Amino acid sequence: MERGKYEFPIRVSHLYKDFGDQRVIRDISLNVREGEVVCIIGPSGSGKSTFLRCLNRLEESTEGKIVINDVEVTRPGVDINNVRRQIGMVFQHFNLFSNMNVLRNLMLAPVDLKVASVQSARQTALAMLERVGLSEKVSAFPDELSGGQKQRVAIARALCMKPDIMLFDEPTSALDPEMVGEVLEVMKELAADGMTMIVVTHEMGFAREVADRVLFMDGGVVLEEGTPEEIFSHPQHPRLCDFLSKVL
Amino acid sequence: MGKIITVYGPLLLQAMGHTLLLALYGLFFACIIGMIVGIMSVLRSRICRVIAGIFVNLIRGVPMIVLAYFVYFGVPYLFNTILNMGGVTLSALQAGTICLSLNCGAYMAEIIRAGIESVPAGQMEAARSLGLPYWRSMQRVVLPQAIRTMIPSIINQFIITLKDTSILSVIGFPELVNTAKNVVSKTFMSFQTWAIVGIMYLIVILILQQAAKAVERRLKNGKRKV
Repeated sequence: MERGKYEFPIRVSHLYKDFGDQRVIRDISLNVREGEVVCIIGPSGSGKSTFLRCLNRLEESTEGKIVINDVEVTRPGVDINNVRRQIGMVFQHFNLFSNMNVLRNLMLAPVDLKVASVQSARQTALAMLERVGLSEKVSAFPDELSGGQKQRVAIARALCMKPDIMLFDEPTSALDPEMVGEVLEVMKELAADGMTMIVVTHEMGFAREVADRVLFMDGGVVLEEGTPEEIFSHPQHPRLCDFLSKVL
Repeated sequence: MGKIITVYGPLLLQAMGHTLLLALYGLFFACIIGMIVGIMSVLRSRICRVIAGIFVNLIRGVPMIVLAYFVYFGVPYLFNTILNMGGVTLSALQAGTICLSLNCGAYMAEIIRAGIESVPAGQMEAARSLGLPYWRSMQRVVLPQAIRTMIPSIINQFIITLKDTSILSVIGFPELVNTAKNVVSKTFMSFQTWAIVGIMYLIVILILQQAAKAVERRLKNGKRKV
C-alpha cells in the first residue's frame, strides 16, 4: 500500500455537533498522523461514535472543520463519495449486505464505482478474505456466519476499497466474548501494517497494547489525551479515574 | 342455473374479461404511482415527503365510489361546463383505470414505503460509507432487500384491487357486476346469477392466491440464489 502522502491524513479543528438543542460534541480538535492508531474510550453516550461518524459525514457536524487527505469534507458541495472511498468504516453491527454473498459484499463497491475491473476486484477480494482468514467463506451468505466472522468480512470489505484510513465504531461490542479475540487480532495486524486508524472501543486491553494515542471522551468533550501508558497508568482527570475503576 | 350458464355464460365470461383488463390496466399504473410516491416518502427532501403524504391520505380518505363519480362525471363537468373548455370526455374504461390506479397506487406507496423502512438503516450507511452514491445504494442494497418483504403485501393488494373493479360498475363499465345486474334485470334470477358471479370471482382469486404462494415459496427457497 502506498504511504506517506500526507503527514496528517485526518485533521479536525473545533468540531461541534448538535442533535436538536442537545450538544453532543463540544469543540474537539484532533490531528492524526499517517500510520497512527488512535483509540477513543469513554462511557456510552459520550459522543465517541458520533464523532467518528462525523469524519465521513454519516453525521453532519454543526460547526468546525474536518480535513481528510487535504480535502475539506465539511465544505458544502464537496464530493463526499470520493472522500468516503478513502475511508474504510467498520460498524458495531457489521452491516454486511444481507442480499449478497461474501464475495459480492466485497466486490460491490470496487466494481460499481469502477475503481477496479471485475477481475482485479475479485483478486483483491480473495486476497483480503485470506488476510482475515476466511477464504473458505467466499460464497457464504452473511446469516450463515458467526458474529466474529461477519466482522472480519466487514473489515475485508472496507479494505477492498484500498482506504488510507480505517474507522472502527465499537467493532467488538456486539460480539460474543469468545469471538472478540479473532477480530482484534485482524485489527492488530492492520495496525502493524501501518494503517491510519481511529478505533472507538471498550476493549481497554486492545487500546493499551495497540494504540499510539488514547483519547478519553465524556459529555462530548475530550477530557484527557495521551499515550496508553499515561492514560491507563497515570490518569489525571477524576472522571477518567472513575471510568477506569469501573471498566478495568 | 342452467339457463343462466347456457344463455348468459358467454356474456358473463366476456364481462370477466373486462374486469381482468380493467384490473390489469389499473395495477400497471398503480405500480408506477406506488413506486414513485413510495420512494418520495422515504427521501430526505421534506417537500417530497409532504406531497407523498398528502396524496396517500387524500386517496385513502375518500371512498372509491366517490372517486369514481368524481373522475367520471365531475372532471369532465369541470372542464366542459365550469371552465368552458369543451370536448373533454372520459370513457368508462379510462375513468375506471384512473380511479383504480390512484386508489391502488396510494396503498402500494404505503407498502413500498414500509418495505424500504423495514431494511435496517445500517445497510444504507454501510453502502454510503464505501462511497456508493445514494441511488446506487438504494438500487443495489436497500431495494432488493425491501422487495422481498413487500411481495406478499403487493399480491394481497392486487387481489383487493381486482375485487375493487366491481365498484366501477357504478360508472357503467361493462365489467362483471354491471353485466350481472343487467342479466338479473332481464331474467329476475338473482340467486342464480349472483351465485355464479361470486363463484367466478372466487375462482380467479383462488388462482391468484396459489400463484402468490408459489412466488413466496420461491422467494424463501431461492433466497440463496437472489
